[in-house]
Amino acid sequence: MFEVIFLQFLNGLDKGAAYALIALGLTLVFGTLGVVNFAHGALFMLGAFCAVTVRMFLTMETVTIDPTKLSPWGSPLEVREPLVQAWLGDFGAVLVNYSVPFSILITIPIMLLVGIALERGIIKHFYKRPHAEQILVTFGLAIVAQEVIKSIFGPNPIPQPMPTDLRGAADIGAFLGMQANVITYPLWRLIYFVFSAVVIAGVFAFLQFTTFGMVVRAGMADRETVGLLGINIDRRFTVMFGLAAVVAGMAGVMYTPLLPPNYHLGMDFLVLSFVVVVVGGMGSLPGAVAAGFLLGILQSFASMTQVKAIVPGIDQIIIYLVAVVILLVRPRGLLGRRGVMES
Amino acid sequence: MTLLTRGLTRRRVLQTGMAGIIGTGVAPMMFTKGAWAQEFCNNPTGDTVTFGLNLPLTGTYAEEGADEQKAYELAIAHLNGEGDGGLLNVLAPSALKGNGILGKKVVYVSSDSQTKSDVARAGATRMIERDGAIMITGGSSSGEAIAVQGLCQEMGVIFMAGLTHSNDTTGKDKRRYGFRHFFNAYQSGIGLAPVLGQSYGNDRRAYHLTADYTWGWTQEESIKAATEALGWETVAAVRTPLGATDYSQYLTPILNSGADVLILNHYGLDMVNSLTQAVQFGMRDRQANGKDFQIVTPLISELMAKGAGESVKGIFGTSNWHWNLQDPGSIAFTKSFGAAYGSPPSQAAHTAYVQALLYADACERAGTFYPPEVIKALEGHEFDGMGNGKTLYRAEDHQCIKSVLVVQGNESPTSEYDVLNVVQEIDRETVAYDPSIFGGDLGPAEPAPMCA
Repeated sequence: MFEVIFLQFLNGLDKGAAYALIALGLTLVFGTLGVVNFAHGALFMLGAFCAVTVRMFLTMETVTIDPTKLSPWGSPLEVREPLVQAWLGDFGAVLVNYSVPFSILITIPIMLLVGIALERGIIKHFYKRPHAEQILVTFGLAIVAQEVIKSIFGPNPIPQPMPTDLRGAADIGAFLGMQANVITYPLWRLIYFVFSAVVIAGVFAFLQFTTFGMVVRAGMADRETVGLLGINIDRRFTVMFGLAAVVAGMAGVMYTPLLPPNYHLGMDFLVLSFVVVVVGGMGSLPGAVAAGFLLGILQSFASMTQVKAIVPGIDQIIIYLVAVVILLVRPRGLLGRRGVMES
Repeated sequence: MTLLTRGLTRRRVLQTGMAGIIGTGVAPMMFTKGAWAQEFCNNPTGDTVTFGLNLPLTGTYAEEGADEQKAYELAIAHLNGEGDGGLLNVLAPSALKGNGILGKKVVYVSSDSQTKSDVARAGATRMIERDGAIMITGGSSSGEAIAVQGLCQEMGVIFMAGLTHSNDTTGKDKRRYGFRHFFNAYQSGIGLAPVLGQSYGNDRRAYHLTADYTWGWTQEESIKAATEALGWETVAAVRTPLGATDYSQYLTPILNSGADVLILNHYGLDMVNSLTQAVQFGMRDRQANGKDFQIVTPLISELMAKGAGESVKGIFGTSNWHWNLQDPGSIAFTKSFGAAYGSPPSQAAHTAYVQALLYADACERAGTFYPPEVIKALEGHEFDGMGNGKTLYRAEDHQCIKSVLVVQGNESPTSEYDVLNVVQEIDRETVAYDPSIFGGDLGPAEPAPMCA
């Protein structure tokens, strides 16, 4: 039984890592700019499609028709030559194999630009507007992003293979000195968890230990006073929007081997992430992370056969059930600050 | 008067006269019934006849839908006398002439069913009411097939199902206006179980993950019955939502459940995801109960095998048809499809193509588009040359009875399409069954309902 519980716990951490990463970005935007950003899921999806695009470029081929030979199905034989391998040899093959991690390098500047462009181009005009209008405009942005991706990449999921060396499962039981082959877990899911932990720690360290972060935190607490000190807080908040987009984009890239991305990916995660933010407390970064992992773990345990035998279908509703209870018992969320989103 | 006294009474004259009138006036109508009963739903009056293609172009079964669309376009081209003729050249017996159907050129309208039953039904309604489709065909989900054939029965339009594998399609939910060429879950169980017994032994413990809708339920029921008859024990059968993407929460309980076989009653993208993730969880490298852990996918297609990549190697399943069969029908269809699209056809494409041709052939043989007559032409029709050997369109349940393939993921593929090997061809007598075991009622063919 211990093995079952431990595996479900790992599963929960894995799910929670994705929820926490998206919720972290959402909370960053809300905490700094005061904007409820319904386009945040779309940023996750755009990150995933950065990985798709990079792989498309890396796997480009030249196709020549050999009229002298026929394929087994009767059409002229197509001879395909991978371009990147032809240009870069073994290094090209490594790049193709590691296309997902490699995509992170390309995704960071792209998502930073996308974030800054969104904030400067559209969202800044809605700072002083009611939350309902912010939700409408960001939701509209999400739909536009979705439709653009659908028109370019089509409606169906595009699988992204993980590097061959990172496929398969890690024997965690043996690593912990237990019987071998009892607690095994997919290597890439463990990598995703570690990646999330590093990104979350990086964001917290950036806000906690840099002057830039200190100013941003001060701005989050009292925007007006920081402005009166002669600091251009708007510019810093714009960078924070870009940073939130980068976090969402990186989360999307690393998730592609686990879930083939399609245009709807962002919406699938958005609703859950908002629940996570509400449970964690609007505007609370530690709350978002804690709630992400907590809900991931709860969802994982709720899907155990033994639990479902008692309450059928509980795995489908557990997250929303917790949100309802939290909102009834502690309306500002687990770690929410007094006065945030409260009239 | 003399004559009358010999027995030719007035009554006799009247009786003879009436018999004459009936004999000369009414009896020929028996042979021209279709001719006077031409008022039916979407009776084609112009020089074209419209097929309604209901295809899952998005959603879990989108790959199959896209391949079905190609097959229908090819079939329609061949029916109209274009291209190389494809299976028109090998279908036997055949009334097809390559000049459309009954001299009318075949055209089509299509609708994306999104792999959703309600959308499929709405699309079919639109194609019947707005576009005047004489026949609805397509689909890659039994949920869609059952929903659409129910609608077609109500509207008096024939439904030639695409890929649908649930026992219910021609079982408890069978309809007079619905016809299925594809095999079913029960036949998969009969065909696959002996091969599983030979390969993995009779002392196994199986854990099922099952797509939670009509096909998954009957697939699970059939393969459970077949493997339990071998001596296998069923540890658990867990339902997963259709279109689920992350199976981790369903896979982790299997690892320490005591099972040594995982049976994935999934299809399409669901199967690609669940199989790939099961392999990522190390299931194929595990030992359980002193045996190598095995994964089985009772229904598998080359499109799914291609999507699953390395994960599918060595995995057993069943298929309706495969492009590398070497009978004249399979060779002709593969060549024709490959020349048109640059890739071999899938089993979804094959069944779609065959259904289009069989409908057209039935109309030609009936000499009319009047659905009850076309139904009669299809019921009990025996044909050959379509890649599955001699095939019977059984009258009792509208299920095609033909051979079934047991396939296995190719360990050393020579191309991206060479992903499955045919391990065994189970003959049609072995996979035939009593049509009454699944219950259901076909319902009446006449009076043919008139769509609005």
